[in-house]
Amino acid sequence: MEILRITTAGSVDDGKSTLIGRLLYETQSLKIDQVEHIEVKSESLGYDYLDFSLATDGLLTEREQGITIDVSHLYFSTPKRRFIIADAPGHVEYTRNMVTGASNVNVAIILLDARKGVMEQTKRHLYITQLLGIKNLIFTINKMDLIDYSESQFEAIKSDILQLVNQYDWNPTLNFIPVSALKGDNVIGKSENMSWYDGVDLLTLIESLEIKLNNGFDSYVQVQNVIRPKTEDHHDYRGFAGKVKSGFFTEGDEIEVFPSGIKTRIKSIEKYGDQKKKVAAGENATILLEDEIDASRGNAFVKTNHNLKTDKQIKAKVCWMQPEHLNPYGKYWIQHGIHKSLAKIRGIDSKMDWEAWSTIPSDTLKMNDIGEVNLQLAQPLMYAPYKTNKNLGAFILIDANTNNTAGVGFIQ
Amino acid sequence: MDTLSHLEEEAIYIIREVAGQFEKPVLLFSGGKDSIVLLHLCQKAFLPAKIPFPLLHIDTGHNFPETIALRDELVKKYSVKLHVGNVQDSIDQGKVVEEKGKYASRNILQTTTLLETIEELKFDACMGGARRDEEKARAKERIFSVRDDFGQWNEKLQRPELFDILNGQIHTGENIRVFPISNWTELDVWEYIRHEQLEIPSIYFSHRRKVFLRDGQLMPCSDFIMHDTDAAFEESVRFRTVGDMSCTAAVPSEAVDLDTVIDEIRGSSISERGARMDDKRSEGAMEERKKVGYF
Repeated sequence: MEILRITTAGSVDDGKSTLIGRLLYETQSLKIDQVEHIEVKSESLGYDYLDFSLATDGLLTEREQGITIDVSHLYFSTPKRRFIIADAPGHVEYTRNMVTGASNVNVAIILLDARKGVMEQTKRHLYITQLLGIKNLIFTINKMDLIDYSESQFEAIKSDILQLVNQYDWNPTLNFIPVSALKGDNVIGKSENMSWYDGVDLLTLIESLEIKLNNGFDSYVQVQNVIRPKTEDHHDYRGFAGKVKSGFFTEGDEIEVFPSGIKTRIKSIEKYGDQKKKVAAGENATILLEDEIDASRGNAFVKTNHNLKTDKQIKAKVCWMQPEHLNPYGKYWIQHGIHKSLAKIRGIDSKMDWEAWSTIPSDTLKMNDIGEVNLQLAQPLMYAPYKTNKNLGAFILIDANTNNTAGVGFIQ
Repeated sequence: MDTLSHLEEEAIYIIREVAGQFEKPVLLFSGGKDSIVLLHLCQKAFLPAKIPFPLLHIDTGHNFPETIALRDELVKKYSVKLHVGNVQDSIDQGKVVEEKGKYASRNILQTTTLLETIEELKFDACMGGARRDEEKARAKERIFSVRDDFGQWNEKLQRPELFDILNGQIHTGENIRVFPISNWTELDVWEYIRHEQLEIPSIYFSHRRKVFLRDGQLMPCSDFIMHDTDAAFEESVRFRTVGDMSCTAAVPSEAVDLDTVIDEIRGSSISERGARMDDKRSEGAMEERKKVGYF
C-alpha cells in the first residue's frame, strides 16, 4: 500500500504530542532505549506520566520550553502501511511551519480539546488546510475523558466544524473521532467508554484511508539534467532526465518544448537504464527525442493537447516565510518546480487579518502573513491554477539578497 | 507505488537536483550501508552515463578494515574518483588534539578534517546518507541543509522546504548538505539492499569477534580502544551501524544473511543508534555536533 503522509495540527495543550507519542508507542515504533530515555527524562522533570513530546520535540530549545517549534518528521509502520508524520507546531507565530508541514501530505489530523471545542487556531488550521487543498481531514476531538465521554458535546463540536468547512469552496473527505490520547480511547482499538460512537479508531482509519490527490491530467515533465555519456557505445546519446510532475508520457507521443515551442516526438523512454513504454506522474524518466532539438535544464516537455496557461503575470496567494518583510520594490527569484525566473512585485491586493477574520489592504507581508500578490516575471511560466493541479500551481520565492526561501505561492 | 519504489523515486529526484544545481558536488562516503545505498542510487540516476561527481571519505584511521576493503572495490566497480581526508593528518598538523582516556574517540575530530577538505576542494554540495529516523535532531533536518562558511548548522534558521521544490542557492563559501534518503528507515535501507542485491561490509552480518563490556555495550577489541585485555571474550555479534571502531558497539546476533538481518531488525527492541556511544555523551549530543559541522 502507498505510504501515507500525515500532518498534525494542534497545540501542545490539545495533547498533540501525547497523541503522536501514543501512536508510536502502541505500534512499537519507539524502541526500549528511546522509551527508557523518555521515562528518565519525564521523572527528572517531575512528571508522574510519560511525556511523549520528548520523543517528538527533537531540539534542545524545544525540550527546554516544552513546545514544538520546527517541523519534525516521524516514521512508523504497521503490517498494513508505512506512515510519515510531519509534526508541525500550532501557534500563530508558526503558521509558516504549518504550511511547510502540510505541503507534502495526503491527510491532516486536526486536534481539538473537547472541553474548548472550536478555537481561533482551529479556524486557522482549517484555513491553511484548505489553502493547501488537502483532500482528507481527520478531526480528533481529544480529552473526551474530561467531559465524561459526552456524545452531545462531541456532536456539537462536529456541527461547528462542518459549518466552518462549508464556508470554503472545497470538498475534502471529513472524519470525526472522539479520543482520549492520554487514556488511549479510540486511538488504537475501539473504546469501551463511547459505545455511541459508530466509527473506527484512529489507527484503523489511517491504515485503510484511500489517498485522494489533485494532480490534474495535463502531461508535464521538467528537464533536470541532460545525460550525455560521450562513450563509444552511446556516442550520440542525449537523454533528458526529469520527474513527470503531472499526467503521463508514452513512446511516440508528440510533445512541445517550453518555452521554445519546438515540437517533436518521444523516440524512447528509459528509467534508470531500462526501456519503458510509459511513465506517469511521480516517476523519474530519461526521455530521448526524435529530433536533435535544443532543450536544457528548467525547460519543460508537455503533450501538445494540454490545457495549461502561459503567462508573465500571475496572481497568487502567498504565505511569507522569512523575518525580513516582503519588499514591494525588491526582486525575488521565483522557483516553479525546478524552473527559476526573476520576479518583481506588481502589487499586493490584500492580506488575511487573523483577528478580524477578514482580508485587509496591506503594502507588505510579514512573516506568517498570507496575502494575495501580483507578480511580474522576467520569463513566462507554464502552469495550472493550484486548485486544479497541485504539482503545477505552486512556487517558492527566493530572496535574491539572502538566498532564503522567503515565501510560498499558490497560483490562483 | 510500493514503499521502496516511492522512496527510490524521491531520492533520485533529489540526486538529479544536486547535479543540476551545483558546480562541485561530492558524495560523502563512509563505506557503511547507507552510503552504499546512496552510491547505487547515484549510479541509477545518471545511467547510461557515469556518476558525474566524486566521493569523499573522511578516514579516522580507526575504521573496520572490512569497510575500507569494500570501499576500494566499490570505487572500481562504479568507476568514480575517491578523495580521502585523513584525520591523522589533522592530528599531525596540530589542528586537532587526540582525546584521552578510555572513552577516547576520533568521532568528533573528523569534523575538522571534513570542513577543511570541503574548503580545500571547494565542494558546494555534500551528499550524505543520514536519515531522519536515526536520531531526534536529525528528524528536524532539511533535505537541502545550508551550512555557513564555518560549516555550522543553525537549527533556528533552516529554510522551509515545500513540496518537492529544493532551494540550493548559496553565497560563496557556504555549502549545502544534502540528504536524499532522509525519509528512509533502517528497515527500508535493508530491504532495498536485498531488493537490489547490494554488497555490504561483512561486519553487518553475524561473526565471532573478541569483545569486552563497557557500560552495558559490547565493544570490539582493537588497538584503538583502551581496555583490560583480561575482560575480553568471544561472542557472535554483528554491527548495526559502521562508524569509527572506538564508538561503535556490537550487538549479539546470529543473523548471517540479509533475510535473517531483516527479521532481526523487525523484532528488535533497541534503536539503531542505541549502540552508538557518540550519541550517548549528552542529551543533545547529535545536535551539538551538527551545529559545529558534523555530518
